[in-house]
Amino acid sequence: MLKVDIEKRLGAFQLRAKFTAESGRLALLGASGCGKSVTLRCIAGILMPDRGTVELDGVTLFDSERRIHLPPQKRQVGYLFQQYALFPNMTVEKNIRCAIRTGSAREKDEQAAEKIRAFRLTGLEKKLPAQLSGGEQQRVALARILASEPRAILLDEPLSALDGFLRWELEQELSELLSDFGGPVVWVSHDLDECCRNCARVSVMENGKAGEPVAMDALLKSPATVGAARLTGCRSFFPAERCREGARIPALGLLLPDAPQRSFTTVGIPSDAIGMTGGSLACTVRSVTRGRLSASVLLLPDGGGTDAMLCAELPRDAAIAPGDTVRIAIRPGQVLYL
Amino acid sequence: MDWYPLLNSLRIAAISTFVIFFAGLFFAYYIAKLPRLVKGVLDVVLTLPLVLPPTVVGYLLLRLLGPKRPVGAWFLSVFGVKLVMNWWSAIFATAVVIFPLMYRTVRGAFESFDETLACAGQTLGLSNRYIFWHIRMPYCRQGVLAGTVLAFARALGEYGATSMIAGYTPGRTATISTTVYQLWRTDNDALAFRWVLVNIAISAVVLLAVNMLERKNPARGRKGGA
Repeated sequence: MLKVDIEKRLGAFQLRAKFTAESGRLALLGASGCGKSVTLRCIAGILMPDRGTVELDGVTLFDSERRIHLPPQKRQVGYLFQQYALFPNMTVEKNIRCAIRTGSAREKDEQAAEKIRAFRLTGLEKKLPAQLSGGEQQRVALARILASEPRAILLDEPLSALDGFLRWELEQELSELLSDFGGPVVWVSHDLDECCRNCARVSVMENGKAGEPVAMDALLKSPATVGAARLTGCRSFFPAERCREGARIPALGLLLPDAPQRSFTTVGIPSDAIGMTGGSLACTVRSVTRGRLSASVLLLPDGGGTDAMLCAELPRDAAIAPGDTVRIAIRPGQVLYL
Repeated sequence: MDWYPLLNSLRIAAISTFVIFFAGLFFAYYIAKLPRLVKGVLDVVLTLPLVLPPTVVGYLLLRLLGPKRPVGAWFLSVFGVKLVMNWWSAIFATAVVIFPLMYRTVRGAFESFDETLACAGQTLGLSNRYIFWHIRMPYCRQGVLAGTVLAFARALGEYGATSMIAGYTPGRTATISTTVYQLWRTDNDALAFRWVLVNIAISAVVLLAVNMLERKNPARGRKGGA
């Protein structure tokens, strides 16, 4: 179990991360530059937090009050860098062998050979990293990390530099190779779909703040903050106030019944909460952008201000054009109260 | 022809290069980790000998190491050794003059080093010493070698500070450069010219070596940085 509760200031940027990762995969999801990598570096001991504690399986790795700051070498935290950081001057075999911590020379040889077999690198032992394909490099990097017997593994945007088929292929492989690992895995990414496919729990990171992890389904169904809602694909947000009848959205001149009893300041209207027929809210279609599977439609409510804009998703071949007037319905059950 | 100046020049250059090799690595490695202000100040101080006239370096060394000066007097009283006017006194002069060459070249090489490799090594449990010698040094090999060869070449040609701190005593402190000057001064033009040729030959070989090192580009294995 990995317990993280740290603060770190980097220039004007303030990081505040507090979460617990049980064994299994935890996604650390956030937009680029929100402090995900800094968090991982603090856990691994490459950076030193200003305040707080990091604990792994009951061992304190960092504690600002007790002045404990274990060097990265003693933390047993594996770190997969985006470009793998294989040592360019060493062969595949040496890259793996140098990470084995204990044993005689012969035992190390045997362990390295075993990792090479397990990670399907047979025949590549004497190759240099530059001579390998992306998939092979990823396997060497993982073999090397597991050879160092980590208690936790951190993945720093493992697939972000890749695209298309190769990305899909390496994602399958990464997931499969990690499946035997028993400890906590922190998977950093800015891609919700990637996190969704690979992690059961997720902690959303916003403006340098990482919240307590929640189940992935909970994030998808009821995100807790505007940032989290934005990550799940919701694009329309409006200030809202609670009233006796429900929630009033002044920007749209709209009243939503069935608002929850708790307090909220903003409503998010997911694009799939907008029905294009049978509604009462008259809108003008501002633009239609057709993607591969769907069309994004920007709607300007007739009663609202010029910056009050709704985003709806329609099938790609929907018969709609800019300038059209439509009457939309907002399905109250899908609205997010934030 | 008496070959003593060649031998003397070579051993002075070799010893000072050997010492400065490690000193340069040490400073280049640790200064990069210091706060910006300290780094800036230290950088100026350590690079100063590169732009100072060698006679100024010689003067400063004499003020420090001369038999009546603090360090020199202490050595004389404790060990009974005079630090100046020996063949090895020239090592002080060449070391100070070549240090900035080594330091700056190595620092440049270290700056091009991909620090995530060092971070990766640390998280894998490799000692900082292992990372330095088995990952950083091979990665920066070209720059370090180029710096070493340049430093050696400069040490071989050192004249100003050397002549002030070691003087010119034939068969004792004479180096190629001081010999050329002495032979020219005493109208022995033929012999002076032969030493000039020797010097040019050595320098040409050294520069050739530098060029070959710079051209040779071993497979680096990095496909773009992070």
